[in-house]
Parts: sequence; structure tokens; C-alpha cells
Amino acid sequence: MLHIVNKSPFDTGSLASVLRVAKKDGGAVLLIEDGVYAAVKSSATEASLKAAGMPVYVLQADADARGLQSKLMEGVNMVDYGGFVDLVAGHDNVQSWL
Amino acid sequence: MKIAIMVNEGPYTHQATDSAYQFAKAAIAKGHEITRVFFYHDGVNNGTRLTVPPQDDRHIVNRWSEMGTQHNIDLVICIAAAQRRGLLDENEAKRQGKNADNIAPGFRISGLGQLVEAGIQSDRLVVFGD
Repeated sequence: MLHIVNKSPFDTGSLASVLRVAKKDGGAVLLIEDGVYAAVKSSATEASLKAAGMPVYVLQADADARGLQSKLMEGVNMVDYGGFVDLVAGHDNVQSWL
Repeated sequence: MKIAIMVNEGPYTHQATDSAYQFAKAAIAKGHEITRVFFYHDGVNNGTRLTVPPQDDRHIVNRWSEMGTQHNIDLVICIAAAQRRGLLDENEAKRQGKNADNIAPGFRISGLGQLVEAGIQSDRLVVFGD
């Protein structure tokens, strides 16, 4: 399942919920909109993302819009909207954690 | 692949509708079919043709209208959410005794059943909201 998180981890517990309950096998996390703040290098959430146990993707356009191009942690995968589409097509289910 | 989209936020208030539009555009470019976009809650405000943004800003409503017409996408506005927020098509305006309607081209007003059907008939349902 693809888990889409569009909230900053400093606003809501959406990302924490995903990391707590998501089935790791075959799962992936996609950070969009303010969700991209979770992937900032040296942030409080870096360790939890590194320990996610599943791939983490960041929507490039939303990271760029927030000036985070060079400030993201290592180990996350950048995708454009086409990559977003591929992730949706490549997982049997998609869950937006609104 | 058949992909349906749900939009729960209005234009110019939250990024959701912009994200949904960019996603739909990319999906079409990759050869996928967007079967339906269902506008719910404040998302119904994406379908009023009376929207007049400044000239240097994107026209979110027209953008959806054009995409819907060009790619034969069913743009559905939830009727209960629409009535609460003052969105009426010609029929609804008549039925409610109002002297105007404001639905944008390419959009239609229908019920939640259309969301359920989109979920059943599409391979994926992607939700954008707050």
C-alpha cells in the first residue's frame, strides 16, 4: 500500500500513525505538500523515517516550493508528478492520511 | 490504468486541488485514464464559473473545466455539499426557486453514489484534501 502524507509531522500525527501501523512489506510512504518537512535533514523526524522499514518518497515540486532542495536527509527518493503516478499505479492500494 | 480522484478542499484555500490537478495531468501524460474527479466538502467550490482570479494567477476552475472537456473526464460535484455552499446547476436553481445558477462547464452535480461507483470501477482512487 502507498501511504500519502500531506501534513507536517510538527502539525499532526499522520506520519507517526503511518509508521506505527503500516504494513512494511510492500508498503511505501510518499510525502507531499507540507508532509515534505518530515524529510528535512537533522530534523526530529529523520531517525523515524530512517527506521521506517519501507521506501520513503518525497515530491520534488513540493520540496522545491518550500526551499528544501539541499536540506533533505539522505536515503529518501525524489519523485516528480510522473513518479507520483507511477507509485500509485505500482501499489494495489493508496491511502491518503488526511 | 483507470484512476479516480477525490478533491475535498476548495480553490485558493489549500494546496489539495492544485496537487490533484498536477497529479491528473501527469497521469494523463502517462497514458492513464482519469475516470472521474469527485468534488466533496469545500472541494465543490472548484466548480463555480463565477470565479474570477487575478490575471496573473492560475484559473483553477477553468483548468479543471478544460481538462474535463479535453480528456472526457467526469467532473462530479456532491449535491449536498454544493447546496450548502451555494452551487447550483440550472435544474437545481429551478427546483430551489433561485434566480441563478453557477456551475462551470464540464461539471455536473450528483450524489455520493458517484464516489462509490468511481471507487468500484477504477483501479485506484486517490484522495486529496486537508
